[in-house]
Amino acid sequence: MILAAGGGHSPIEQFVLNKVVTWKPFGIDASITNSTLFMIVTVLLICGFLYYAMQGASRVPGRMQSAAEMLYEFVATTVRDNLDDGKDGKRFFPFVFSLFTFVLTCNMLGMIPGFFTVTSHIIVTAALALLVITVVIAYGFLKHGIGFLKLFVPSGVPVVLMPLLVPIEIISFVSRPVSLSVRLFANMLAGHIALKIFAGFVATLLAAAGAWKLIAILPLGLTVALSALELLVALLQAYVFAVLTCVYLSDAVHGAH
Amino acid sequence: MDPVAAKYIGAGLACLGMAGAGIGLGNLFGQFLAGALRNPSAADSQRGTLLLGFALTEALGIFSLLIALLLLFAV
Repeated sequence: MILAAGGGHSPIEQFVLNKVVTWKPFGIDASITNSTLFMIVTVLLICGFLYYAMQGASRVPGRMQSAAEMLYEFVATTVRDNLDDGKDGKRFFPFVFSLFTFVLTCNMLGMIPGFFTVTSHIIVTAALALLVITVVIAYGFLKHGIGFLKLFVPSGVPVVLMPLLVPIEIISFVSRPVSLSVRLFANMLAGHIALKIFAGFVATLLAAAGAWKLIAILPLGLTVALSALELLVALLQAYVFAVLTCVYLSDAVHGAH
Repeated sequence: MDPVAAKYIGAGLACLGMAGAGIGLGNLFGQFLAGALRNPSAADSQRGTLLLGFALTEALGIFSLLIALLLLFAV
């Protein structure tokens, strides 16, 4: 940290929120920050890409249309495999598709140097995870009524073990939104901090005298390798978020297991 | 003990949790490779599961790294 700070850059400086447009309707601070701005850019990018790709869609798809169809098919396969094959799968497909594309685009935009990573803030991922778990609970009670609570009672288990197992099931259910949000946020945060720390080593070594400059190639190489790993992680975490959403929704759709 | 020193020692100790993720990842890829070499034709269909397992396991190591980062920067 001291090394990185020596160059005048803190590795967590990149997560600072800045107000772009100050706006306070009725005394509530609803200013547009750089986070808001990047969320707007993300949504515009997704909508713009899908709209542009499907302009004049033809039976023999062009390059853009193929890309859009592959994205669609990818999420559709995930939903079919992990959630439901029939009507309920179709019902939740737009939800999962929106979540996946939003998280993926946020992660990928964050990989561009100098850009802000929206998903590196716990408030964003926690809001997404709470949305997922609210949908799970609401749809579960809507479809199964009070029988949805059977989810917490494992079948085929002796009654003696129930006082032990039911609390465990409840704790595992409650910890789902926590782990879902922290997983995405922590991956993004830790990855970007690691990148900045190694980039800081390069700057510090270049500022040093004489032969120390030559060693700067080592952290530079590591920064490139870490960037490749982070690109993989950015895609994987979006995929994991979508898959886990499907798995949790499948509990609500299919009821007790 | 000096609280600042304790903070840094705590951050270092928290990072020990990443060893568990290291063991897990080694296990994951080792087992996959063992299975894939036994039955190469089935390996491709399980690559998605492999990457899912990788992300889930790696996240646990990241959790302990997060605690270390919190100790360094937030506390």
